[in-house]
Amino acid sequence: MNDEKKSDIEAKQSVDTDPKAEESSSDQFEELQTAPPKQKLKLSWVGKIAVVIIAIWIVIAFAGPYIAPFHEADMIADDSFLPADKQFWLGSDYLGRDTFSRILWGARTTIGISFISTLAAYFVGITLGIAAAVKGGWTDTILSRVNDAILSLPTIMLGLIIIAALGSSIPILILTAGLIYAASVYRIARALGQDIMVADFVECARARGEGVWWIIFREVLPNCAMPLATDFGLRLVFVVLFISSLSFLGLGVQPPMSDWGSMVRENLQGLGYGSFAAIWPALAIATLTISVNLVVDDISASAGGKLAGKMV
Amino acid sequence: MTEMLLEVKDLKIQAPKENAPPIPIVKGVSFNVKRGQVVALIGESGSGKTTIALSSLAYCKPGLEFSGGEVRLDGQDLLQMSDVQHRDIRGRRVAYLAQSAAATFNPAITIGEQVTESSVLHGILTQEGANKRAERLYRALELPDPDRMGRRYPHQVSGGQLQRLMAAMALCGKPDLMILDEPTTALDVTTQIEVLKAFKKVIREEQSAAIYVTHDLAIVAQIADHIVVLYSGRVQEQGSAEQIITRPAHNYTHRLMEAVRPPPTSVTHEEYTDKDDREKPAIVMDDVTAGYGKIVGDEPQFTILRNIDVQVDKAQVVGVIGESGCGKSTLARVAAGLLGAAKGKVVMEGKTLQPSMLKRSKDDLRKVQFVYQMADTALNPKQLIGDIIGRPLEFYLGLTGKQKRERVAELLDMVELPQEFANRYQMELSGGQKQRVNLARHLAAKPDILLCDEVTSALDSIVGDNVIKLLTRLRKKTGVSIVFITHDLSTVASFSDRIVVLYAGRVVEQGTTDQVLNPPYHPYTRLLITSVPELRIGWLEDTMQTREAAVGIARGVELTAVGCPFFNRCPLGIEDGTCEKETPAYRQPAQGHVIACHQELENVIESEEKPQMILKGYDKVGRESQLY
Repeated sequence: MNDEKKSDIEAKQSVDTDPKAEESSSDQFEELQTAPPKQKLKLSWVGKIAVVIIAIWIVIAFAGPYIAPFHEADMIADDSFLPADKQFWLGSDYLGRDTFSRILWGARTTIGISFISTLAAYFVGITLGIAAAVKGGWTDTILSRVNDAILSLPTIMLGLIIIAALGSSIPILILTAGLIYAASVYRIARALGQDIMVADFVECARARGEGVWWIIFREVLPNCAMPLATDFGLRLVFVVLFISSLSFLGLGVQPPMSDWGSMVRENLQGLGYGSFAAIWPALAIATLTISVNLVVDDISASAGGKLAGKMV
Repeated sequence: MTEMLLEVKDLKIQAPKENAPPIPIVKGVSFNVKRGQVVALIGESGSGKTTIALSSLAYCKPGLEFSGGEVRLDGQDLLQMSDVQHRDIRGRRVAYLAQSAAATFNPAITIGEQVTESSVLHGILTQEGANKRAERLYRALELPDPDRMGRRYPHQVSGGQLQRLMAAMALCGKPDLMILDEPTTALDVTTQIEVLKAFKKVIREEQSAAIYVTHDLAIVAQIADHIVVLYSGRVQEQGSAEQIITRPAHNYTHRLMEAVRPPPTSVTHEEYTDKDDREKPAIVMDDVTAGYGKIVGDEPQFTILRNIDVQVDKAQVVGVIGESGCGKSTLARVAAGLLGAAKGKVVMEGKTLQPSMLKRSKDDLRKVQFVYQMADTALNPKQLIGDIIGRPLEFYLGLTGKQKRERVAELLDMVELPQEFANRYQMELSGGQKQRVNLARHLAAKPDILLCDEVTSALDSIVGDNVIKLLTRLRKKTGVSIVFITHDLSTVASFSDRIVVLYAGRVVEQGTTDQVLNPPYHPYTRLLITSVPELRIGWLEDTMQTREAAVGIARGVELTAVGCPFFNRCPLGIEDGTCEKETPAYRQPAQGHVIACHQELENVIESEEKPQMILKGYDKVGRESQLY
């Protein structure tokens, strides 16, 4: 999906206005071009750094287990909460496992689960949101009220209840996060959809006699792809934090699998002994989420801030 | 203090590009504005006129930069100043008046507060002083109820009044220079005169200088002292208004003048198709009442159209005119089925159509095509032009692959666009090109009737002129009937066979172009005719003195359940109250000519000789009406 977002941006860049606006100095007085020059996506230097950080984390998510010096479950160090040294780059954790290796392993779990959950949230949210926008009437009313009910519950609370009832496993984690965040995706998709449904070109398609599917796939979806892609980044951040919070509470990823959120919880007691074991995974979460946010900021700024309004 | 207020010398503005040389937008423009003078910048969109006007605020649109030249306000070069100094000048010494007043006003704050805000903020006036000045300006701008105007909210006044309030806002801080950016383009003809008149008066009273940006030469003739003609960022010609209007030297100025239509006159058209074919009506609207909201009995909650009887013959062009809000667009929407009629029926080729498009058959939908006003919003920005035009071909006619591509190329050819455009997106085209694509898409369906909803009103005069010519040729080529909706009478008169005049949802007059305009009988038709700006200095003053303008302009439409809807603006109202109490019945003075007026037709013309009806400058009308 990240790639999709990129290709969308590239597509925008590649259609450059041709410089035919330059007059031909004849007496023809051709119609002058009024379309504004296309704005290219410009990343600020902060944005560029953020892109690099995200890229590094994505590589680690794929390659982490292969490049990590130790296995995530290996209790290899002599003692718990050892400070950083040549063998254990970031010290050891409360069971004497290598913190650095666990962060590399954890990247896959944390980013993977969040990414799949966000995809699930998007699939459900967009399907229902666009359906509500296109159909309107009772479909819209019922879906929206149910959605309001879900949104009114605190996410963590709802997550706790579902997981407490069904037990914690990775598929259940993904489904829970997907369901909860589908509610906010639904909101955005419906708002965007409604916005486009009243556009003249949609009315024009309806006047032509087009069916619902044509209108959804050819008229509405292409026009909300860009804002939704931008929102995907933000939503991913929320899901990372959500999964981490659940893990922190002990309901997320179960040991001995490593996960950044649970790593923070497990090693909290180490803070008292001056250990950094809880700080490193917290930093990992922070760098990833902040970077994604910064890139999204740049994208929405280049879209003229129009997206920002729709994203709340 | 020098006599020159603003001196623009060799101004250059460019659009920088990252990996390419910058694109010049303004290529060395020089002109001067003297105190108390109105200078008009005229040219079509893309000519750089707004960009140049904004430079007197030392402001550049995002994506542009100043690359040379000087803009001197009272001898000081604005381009060399710091941002702090700019802030001091903007709004205080130079005020900007944007095109759309409705978008400029904050709907949640009272008008008075917004009008006085900038002058209080700049410390020019105290709140109390500003309020007083604002009230004086309301009076000068002839706004209704000036004492209490300040306490109203923007939605409580009309569009033309808002535009004048914008002027009050700009003038409140006593600026030396006012920039008016197409302030009347979005307005109806009748409202436009009212606003123009107010601007002219206030500029004269305040002795302020102004830069007037527009594409309409006829308007410029009324208000400017000095005219600068621009094309593609260069001055083509400049001189006094009188010289440019009467003795234009440059080709481009001639071209602009051609695009200004002569006053509405009926012209005879060639017959385009077989006689017997023509006599069959293409579409008939029979006693149609339509509106929005819940329908109770035969009446919708908000009735927009009442008892409309309109017939469009094959290969005929029918012009529908009236001010905004009179129901012109609704009429077309009912015909297209976008809005179901509450009462009455729409008949096509002897077959009554379903009121709603959802129930119409594919073929019925194909035959009636509704062309949207704004091509910007009517073309999907994410679809290629080729796909947009190709879809109706595929959908209605089942063309695919090569056949479809060939037909798309043919259609692009028909609307005079290069075939490569099929691979472009809507955003890469200019306004006129988009409108052509829009037309091509609807022509692709091979319709019997093309409903054109103000298709030229968002375009520049030259571009609009080209679109009209295109429509005329298309009718000849394809034999399609065209319903052309507009508020511009002269556009309609120049190429329609029949004219339907709508007022407050009723047809007040209809007939052949000749019957309606030669001479104009209905007082409303007459008002519309008087309101069309002419390319003549002094036209505005003359018009304001005609009796139609004196009574009809500056009054709003009042919707009445009984009586003639035009009563409150009519100069010929019958004294005994007939007009107020009875809805005028339709009369047929000639075959095909329908008129709704209580006044005897002879009286409309004759009454011009009656001395008690005479207003100053009144025989002007008499003379002009004979011209038609």
